Amino acid sequence: MKILIKSGRVIDPANKIDAVMDILVEDHKISKVAGHIKAEADKIIPAENKIVLPGLVDMHVHLREPGREDKETVGSGTQAALHGGVTSILAMPNTTPAVDSVSHLKIVQDAIKKGGQANVFICAAITQGRRGQELNDLVGLKKEGAAAFSDDGASVDSDAVMLEALRIAQKEKLLVICHSEDRRLSCQGVVNLGLTSTRLGLRGISAESEYKRVSRDIALAKEAGASVHIAHVSCKESVEIISRAKKAGVKVTCETAPHYFTFSEEAVLGYDTNFKMNPPLRSKEDMLAIRKALSNGTIDVIASDHAPHTENEKDIEFERAEFGVVGLETELAAAITELINNNLLDWERLVRLMSLSPSRILGIDKGTLSPGAAADIIVVDPEKAWVVKKEGLLSKSQNSSFVGRSLRGFVEYTLCQGKVHKWNS
Amino acid sequence: MNWARKDLLGLEELSKEELELILSTAESFKEVSTREIKKVPALRGKTVVNLFYEPSTRTRVSFEVAAKRLSADVINIASETSSVKKGETLIDTGRNIEALKADIIVVRHNFSGAAVILSRHVYLSVVNAGDGWHEHPTQALLDIFTLKEKLGRVEGLNVSIVGDIAHSRVARSNIWGLTKLGARVTVCAPKLLIPPAIEEMGVTVTHNIDEALENADAVNVLRMQFERDGETAFPKQLEYFKEFGITEERLKKAKKDIIVMHPGPINRGIEMSSAVADGAHSVILEQVTNGIAVRMAVLFLVAQANEKIKNENTH
Repeated sequence: MKILIKSGRVIDPANKIDAVMDILVEDHKISKVAGHIKAEADKIIPAENKIVLPGLVDMHVHLREPGREDKETVGSGTQAALHGGVTSILAMPNTTPAVDSVSHLKIVQDAIKKGGQANVFICAAITQGRRGQELNDLVGLKKEGAAAFSDDGASVDSDAVMLEALRIAQKEKLLVICHSEDRRLSCQGVVNLGLTSTRLGLRGISAESEYKRVSRDIALAKEAGASVHIAHVSCKESVEIISRAKKAGVKVTCETAPHYFTFSEEAVLGYDTNFKMNPPLRSKEDMLAIRKALSNGTIDVIASDHAPHTENEKDIEFERAEFGVVGLETELAAAITELINNNLLDWERLVRLMSLSPSRILGIDKGTLSPGAAADIIVVDPEKAWVVKKEGLLSKSQNSSFVGRSLRGFVEYTLCQGKVHKWNS
Repeated sequence: MNWARKDLLGLEELSKEELELILSTAESFKEVSTREIKKVPALRGKTVVNLFYEPSTRTRVSFEVAAKRLSADVINIASETSSVKKGETLIDTGRNIEALKADIIVVRHNFSGAAVILSRHVYLSVVNAGDGWHEHPTQALLDIFTLKEKLGRVEGLNVSIVGDIAHSRVARSNIWGLTKLGARVTVCAPKLLIPPAIEEMGVTVTHNIDEALENADAVNVLRMQFERDGETAFPKQLEYFKEFGITEERLKKAKKDIIVMHPGPINRGIEMSSAVADGAHSVILEQVTNGIAVRMAVLFLVAQANEKIKNENTH
């Protein structure tokens, strides 16, 4: 099977390409990227005036399988990913059971084998049951295929346990991802601490609860000489701390999510639980700091923190509602609308943030259009505007902050391992 | 000025004109309670459901009396006796009440925003009788009504609110209502009981009770909810009275005709001395009386607006 993607603007920073080109896919792999490819193709994808990118890599996704298949399954989550132009994801370990042993890892691997429509990499838990006390068999998990380690949703509170994990990570070249939150400071909060929490009469989550833990995680990583990746950065102090650490040579990378560069805490004022997530939407100043950090390179990655929840768990009293929003199907359009169209990013940098950098951080063979690589390619219409509608989402859950919003940038084709998916809406 | 809202969820979203309309409507309803036959047919044939998820006597009874004086039928549901205990959600309960063809739900809930969320899921009117720490609009309205009645105006008055501001829906609703009507509001409490960024709501903050009383035309004293103790750092009761309690001594230094309000129930000897509670400055029982007129006005206005919305939708 030969597929020819014709005359799109191909952007592939790994190979320093930004030009109108053709891409030939043969046997599920990229065989050639060149000006005018003359080949007998079984299928031609016209891409004039379209942008052709390596498939996106989202390193922060909750698939909910096993345990909460009513919210999402590997099948529905990866279908949603493809719909959003995401061909590779890192699945977080807060399933039931948690991915804290090789046997639990196998359960997830089996589910992926059965239902996975995209490339799924697995993030295993650092500690037993993600409780932050006893370390898992990190080396064994790595050997069996875990791509990274995190207790995501929880932080490892004990300095000693975290340091030990990071020492192993340094020795074995593992990646540790930190959900940096000090629960003694954020205790029971549901929105950003400040005028918004005061106006709504809700408990607040301070920025301090995030950045103090970011600081600690970086200090421990430095001590251990390990690499750490800070998940879902939401406030300006975290950005400053990470920026300083990078300059000092600490091996730290970080991500933010589209909601943190699109919305600020005022979005919560109607008690709309589709704006309830952890960390919470912060102040406008924080949102602008996140945008700036995306622009200047302090933030390495955009990841969705795709967190599906059923309507029963979301459409209720604000304090009782679950934290988190879905994001796989809107992240690229959100980035184009908010960042590219506001001249905060160019396309090359966008590809780094959403494909190349997460691949390099995870050490996976993705994020490029190099000949020989698996054909994970997307064709995007950068001008097409569309309105996010619940019924248009392929995820099992529709708890999106973007419902009702008009976004620009539409994924027309997703090729994953050479399999073509065409999207009409 | 026409009232167009089917719900009363809080004072934050109301305009000055809307607040004034409620107050003037309440003025005309106040007289009803002085008649020999204390009833008008304004809501005859309407059903008001008091849906209370938190224990409350004062507010529930006040709403019940208000609805009955408007000739409405009243049903009281307390969470202890309802399907809530069986796990029914607020929204389902609301929809069931709607299916009974009730017209107004008066809801008291321990979660902030509960009334807002309920109102999004039902067509009938929702009146917030207190939601978490968020708002208690009818309490603030009756406080403001009493102020206006006693002092002749609201604009330009200095009003101090003393007590646990952080956890008080009464404080929040009073701040919104008073500032919109042109009063200057000071809040006074120990540091830990002042919520962050409250100055941005247009108030002055002090931690000194004498400062709060100086120049105040009225002081609204909140109930200290010591039952919350353990959750937040709370002052000891006696220490609180020493630092913040309203006493005759302290009132001597205040304006001669300062009025003292309290939403009740009072902790005598903690927020204020008994002498102050029962003294010449106190308008606490008049607040209770005015609560009926204010709630009659609110029930009347939302019912009328919803009637109009329904008619517009059917034509």
